[in-house]
Amino acid sequence: MMENIGLAAMMETPCVVVNVQRGGPSTGLPTMVGQADIMQARWGSHGDYETIALSPQSPQEAFDLCIDAFNLSELYRVPVMFMLDECVGHMTEKVVIPEADEIEIVPRKLSDKKPGDYFPYDFEGDSIPEMVRAGDGYRFHTTGLTHDRRGYPVMSAECQEWNVRHLIEKIRNNADRIARYDEEDLDGAEVVVIAYGITSRVTRMAIDMARKKGVKVGFVRLIVVWPFPETHVRKLAGKVKAFVVPEINYGQIVLEVERCAAGKAAVTGVPHGGGGVHDPELIFKAIMEAVK
Amino acid sequence: MSAPDRAPTIAEHPISPFLRMDRIPHIWCPTCGIGTVVKCFATALQELDLDLDKCAVVSGIGCTGRVAGYMKLDAFHTTHGRAIPFATGLHLGRPELNVTVFSGDGDLVGIGGNHFIHAARRNIDLLVILINNFIYAMTGGQNAPTTPISAKSSTMPFGNYEQPFNIPYLADCCGATYVARWTSLHIRRVTKACREALQKKGFRVIEVITPCSTLYSRLNKLGTGLDLLRFYHDNAEIRHGADTRELDIDFQKRIVCGKFVDRERPSFAERRDAHYRNILGDRFVPMPPEGGWLHE
Repeated sequence: MMENIGLAAMMETPCVVVNVQRGGPSTGLPTMVGQADIMQARWGSHGDYETIALSPQSPQEAFDLCIDAFNLSELYRVPVMFMLDECVGHMTEKVVIPEADEIEIVPRKLSDKKPGDYFPYDFEGDSIPEMVRAGDGYRFHTTGLTHDRRGYPVMSAECQEWNVRHLIEKIRNNADRIARYDEEDLDGAEVVVIAYGITSRVTRMAIDMARKKGVKVGFVRLIVVWPFPETHVRKLAGKVKAFVVPEINYGQIVLEVERCAAGKAAVTGVPHGGGGVHDPELIFKAIMEAVK
Repeated sequence: MSAPDRAPTIAEHPISPFLRMDRIPHIWCPTCGIGTVVKCFATALQELDLDLDKCAVVSGIGCTGRVAGYMKLDAFHTTHGRAIPFATGLHLGRPELNVTVFSGDGDLVGIGGNHFIHAARRNIDLLVILINNFIYAMTGGQNAPTTPISAKSSTMPFGNYEQPFNIPYLADCCGATYVARWTSLHIRRVTKACREALQKKGFRVIEVITPCSTLYSRLNKLGTGLDLLRFYHDNAEIRHGADTRELDIDFQKRIVCGKFVDRERPSFAERRDAHYRNILGDRFVPMPPEGGWLHE
């Protein structure tokens, strides 16, 4: 599985991988909730590459974001990880399905170059190379090996640098453009809770509880988890006292928040082993602790 | 011996139009048999005068995995064992393509064994050219699911004791429509088998026994690749239509070659279309032959 996600990253093949997370490791909890594959979505295959990961919080969002997932994968020629969790995956809610012509679809960018003039990995900086289809006369070659602009394998440190840097930069340089999050009441917030997926819904109750106690709590719900909204969290870190990061794992996104807070704000994780969602009381306690 | 007036250039080779000459020389060892089989396949394409824009090659990993990199077709070098699933996707997405999987024994019946079995069962329209050199060659001569009993490999220095796969039998009982075995000495036979198989539908398997002088031959003290070709010459027995159950290969014993299976069976695509036509009637819209799910 992961080897082929690496192949898609290396060949720059657009694809969407749906992961409805349950508790693990191994067969773990079939089928009860977990959110412990978030780092795997980023680092699962060997080697250096970037992915995009989306985390819906409701059936409606699962529908809408799935379209975005395909669009992003076409736009950046990258595997997009669609990171549901078991709760959202099994959830029943009203979903409004728009008319087909109301749905925005990013068409695949096909090259209009003639065979002979076309190279599969022709790009400048972080631009995205154009694709062609098999059977259309281009007789092109792609490989999972480190390759040059022709798609031919080249076993050298220089080519590796050229090849891998492109896989990284096409996402990293566009991270702010890809980033998506909901935010609430960040102005004057003392504590900001950062959550995603089902945990973001549980968090709302904890935030209400804290607000009743007079604490100014802001909320950031990650919609795009990878690339992580680094710029945004760095800015917030200068303004707030603490971040609280509940997630159904033993600390994954909290590490990213810590990295971006860079000591400017305290960071508290609220871990959970999986099999159920957080008791809002736990998140509430973490908020009250953080505000002290 | 006097020197020729001018040295022949590689560009003049009859199959050079089928190769990426800008990637030659290739990485294969002297006396390796893979290049010979590539030539047979290219000759078959040439003789059939197929539209090369509609021919694609998919390889996995390993020595034979490099074939896709040298063929001047739409050619894909994928992950270990996953050439058949990749090729299945290519065939389903662009059904008008003639897709050939060109890979090794370790790749196709080792890590990719399950894909091989199910592609044969579903009768996917793929030609599989399986180069069998009895060993994992590129990674250092480890024991393969094809290593004959008592043959040595780097992981079985005292000889192999595992029962190897009989590939024609495996392909036959899983439902392949064409099954043949040759050695890389049988240049005209391999070419003919490629020609026949390229014109058929369904899951077609051509196993070609090839010398690996660098590992298999060295570990087993069998001499050079040339010595192995001599061995094939003396020990290959042609028995067309032989019972595939009797095609086990023992260490340095006779190798039964020939065409064992040539039958018609509805392919995956034919069954799928017939099924939906039956269930959905006029509501069934088959995928256009040139593929149709892309927005243009």
